[in-house]
Amino acid sequence: MAILSQTEAQDILKKVIGFSTADECDATLNGSLEGNVRSARNSISTAGAVDNVSLAVTSYFGKRSGTATCNQFDDATLRRCVQRAEEIARLAPESPEYMPLLGPQTYQSSPLSFAASTAGITPDYRASQMAASMQYCDSKKLSSAGFLNDQAGFVAKRNSKGLEAYQRTTNLDFSITVRTLDGLGSGYAATDFTDIKNFDAARLTAVAASKASSSVGAKAIEPGKYTVILEPNALVSGSDASLLAALMRSFDARAADEGRSFLSKKGGGNRKGEKLFDERVTIYSDPTNAEVPDLTFSGDGRPQQRTTWIEKGVVKNLYSSRYWAQKSGIPDLPSPGGFIMEGGTQSTADLIKSTAKGILVTRLWYIRPVDPQTLLFTGLTRDGTFYIENGAIKFPVKNFRFNESPIIMLNNLEAIGRPVRLAGNLVPPLKIRDFTFTSLSDAV
Amino acid sequence: MNRRDFVGLTGLGATALLLPGLPGFGAQRVDPSRLLEPGADTILKKRLADAALNAAKSAGASYADVRIGRSLNQYVFTREKQVQNIVSTESYGVGIRVLVNGCWGFASTSVVTEASLAATARLAADIAKADRLVMKEPVQLAPQQGYGEVSWRTPIQQSAFEVPVKQKADLLLAANAAALDAGASYINSALFQVNEQKYFASTDGSYIDQDVHRLWPTFNATAVDTKTGKFRSREALSAPVGLGYEYLTPSANEQVYGPQGTDTVGYKLRYDILADAALAGKQAKAKLGMRSVTPGKYDLVLDPGHLGLTIHESVGHPTELDRVLGYEANFAGTSFATLEWKAKNLPYGSPQVNIVADKLQPGAVGTVGYDDEGVKTKEWDIIRAGKLVDYQKIRDQAHIVGQKASDGCCYAQSWEDVQFQRMANISLRPGPAKMSPDEMISKVDKGIYIAGAGSFSIDQQRFNFQFGGQLFFAIEKGKITEPLEDVAYQANTQEFWGACQGSCDQSDYRLFGTFFDGKGQPAQVSSVSHGSATTRFNAVNVINTARKV
Repeated sequence: MAILSQTEAQDILKKVIGFSTADECDATLNGSLEGNVRSARNSISTAGAVDNVSLAVTSYFGKRSGTATCNQFDDATLRRCVQRAEEIARLAPESPEYMPLLGPQTYQSSPLSFAASTAGITPDYRASQMAASMQYCDSKKLSSAGFLNDQAGFVAKRNSKGLEAYQRTTNLDFSITVRTLDGLGSGYAATDFTDIKNFDAARLTAVAASKASSSVGAKAIEPGKYTVILEPNALVSGSDASLLAALMRSFDARAADEGRSFLSKKGGGNRKGEKLFDERVTIYSDPTNAEVPDLTFSGDGRPQQRTTWIEKGVVKNLYSSRYWAQKSGIPDLPSPGGFIMEGGTQSTADLIKSTAKGILVTRLWYIRPVDPQTLLFTGLTRDGTFYIENGAIKFPVKNFRFNESPIIMLNNLEAIGRPVRLAGNLVPPLKIRDFTFTSLSDAV
Repeated sequence: MNRRDFVGLTGLGATALLLPGLPGFGAQRVDPSRLLEPGADTILKKRLADAALNAAKSAGASYADVRIGRSLNQYVFTREKQVQNIVSTESYGVGIRVLVNGCWGFASTSVVTEASLAATARLAADIAKADRLVMKEPVQLAPQQGYGEVSWRTPIQQSAFEVPVKQKADLLLAANAAALDAGASYINSALFQVNEQKYFASTDGSYIDQDVHRLWPTFNATAVDTKTGKFRSREALSAPVGLGYEYLTPSANEQVYGPQGTDTVGYKLRYDILADAALAGKQAKAKLGMRSVTPGKYDLVLDPGHLGLTIHESVGHPTELDRVLGYEANFAGTSFATLEWKAKNLPYGSPQVNIVADKLQPGAVGTVGYDDEGVKTKEWDIIRAGKLVDYQKIRDQAHIVGQKASDGCCYAQSWEDVQFQRMANISLRPGPAKMSPDEMISKVDKGIYIAGAGSFSIDQQRFNFQFGGQLFFAIEKGKITEPLEDVAYQANTQEFWGACQGSCDQSDYRLFGTFFDGKGQPAQVSSVSHGSATTRFNAVNVINTARKV
């Protein structure tokens, strides 16, 4: 029963609201069907399927609130769930940051967030895609480890003030690491789709395989400051912290106003309106974008709309809770699900051609914050790092540890390439000067 | 709630490892009183499990296991003078794993009826059959005896779920007040309470009922200088523990004072959150005016609340056999400690390095009676006198290293996730001779004492790492001289452990831990502890992390 229609979901939610005796009541229904296959050593290691639906009810008496849930949907269970939420609300302390529930909202339509093709994936489909990937590696005498995960889900909301929301989503993620049998070369590729019509695991595997073969015999070169070309996988990741996602997660207005963010201003306030990045940097979010469709409403029911966060290097907006927005008189913007960085038309290959000396980075790994004051992060290159000279890749190099801040990085911008979808975002490859590598790693 | 939401809610997170694992948007939150309800009894669970096992066998499974799980969590979040959120979650369902013609298949469902479990078992079998055509290495399971009907419970004195929510919120608010009074500008605090009710049954003949409890009080205090725009934080020096609410009952016997001149306090199996918060407020403010470290080689003296994370990353993960074999190559990485590397008998560290894996350690968050494929847990050596002597294994890996039994390291974060190899509690044995941290420091000519875990990063084969900390103090000619900031050390795992000069004794031994150790695809988290005493490492490369933006 995981994927309920809008009518089915709202019928349940109407019942829930109807059972409420609280001042205000908010209900969210959430479900998904998920399947996955994992491989290693050119063989399937695990495969699975998960089916789950849950209902959360929050009741309010004045500034007091309480939440309860259930995962059975008969009338008696729903009624008990509402009663439990109300019991907690009566016992809870008053919240000084209480905000009345939102009334009816207008949400943009985003039909592209759901694709029947993805929702219809079967175990056989997953197995066949992984088989094609592994067969490619077998033919090249390479070893692979990969992961394919697909999901179809829905979120429905309703509250006693008349707010109503519903949206279905689908997603497929695939990533593959290919290694040479001697363990001296490694390559990586990843992709994600809302609609799987263009998904081809073998095609992507060929990219990773090429990187693996080319990365054998890596030379050690001195750590230091280098011009780097960071491929999209080195800028965002669906499975690790990442430099651009970390930057976007730091756009919280309250943290900035309270003095504990790189966006805090000396003497108080925040740095909205200041030019903090290269003027070619423009980053926005848009849940109706055809390439990266997302939910058009946030968890608290606010509409998600196209919002510009950085425009020509200037900080244009910060997101905040409804409470902080009201208190500080700023636009009431929820944090986005994904982001879109504007780019140019050049491919990664074009960026390499225009580079006299530099390093191509396929992927960054184990990225962790070192200093929140400067947004300094550390991490390592991985799965294909190459030295570039006179517009061509000359040889593979050993992996590096970096210590770098995305703020500095986006001020040392040499060139921006063509954006591609990754982890629900649109991200271009970037050429950056003076990127700081602090030590070498023997890892392959 | 996932880890990102947790960090966003609380402002905490620098010491949390890797990845999310808690229920997400629209999670199954329930009222606190319901967390005390007993759930289904073992008679019903056995009947449900048998329905699934029989369906699996009928569908062709040569082996099957069923995990009926009920996860109860309660999180109390506060900041400054207010309660931000009290979240009670419950998740109930069943995960079924089957082995058909040498292939694993797994499926899970939240509909807990005999009919649903039988259908889910058949789905798991269908998934296994779909993958049969591309399976090249049929699964070989190490034999495992059936234990019949057995049970195990974390030895707690008081369940945190039985403590009124108001009492817990008031304690955090009191800690916040202590930090603010002592100099912090802001503080976020949280109390995590976890209860995993796990029922495992398999075609081996085991019916194992376990009741696992974990607790983690923590905070992050921040001091802000608005004139300069500078801000600095100090996190709690608590540890996630496999204990009940008694952990929050302070005891002088469970406190360990840091070296003279550091004003630090470490905690064993009891924690004084009020004292730690007050100290954190003072220390966060003091951090606004500390000297920036001069980079170079230093002898490091690392307290257990810091060293635990280094043990975790540089010994715990590289000795997981699934990584060694390549099963994590696409995500968490492989390991330098390959079978070939081990066969050469190469040194992992100095002869002072003795590291044990232990799923039985009292107070540790990774301690259970049985793992998630029905193996009774144990203690065993990983590194003996600096040499790697064994790995961490589960049932389908033992034969690869010529062994006949699992080490009991299989775990799934919930009923809806497939179980796979996870880290045991991995700990450095304390030194055999009596030695205090002050005595250790008295012999250091130029060094740095580091307390608490901070930034952390290591490469995908566990060679190169970089670690920060919470508090840093310069050591000159055998004495602590002044606090420092902007400190991180970089090292290679073997060189670092090769530079180990020894540890203080058992009286200084205590646990570090994490609730959020991430691994696997789909990513799962697990909880694990690491024990050690204060330990010295010579001539480690320290960098200065200060930058200007």
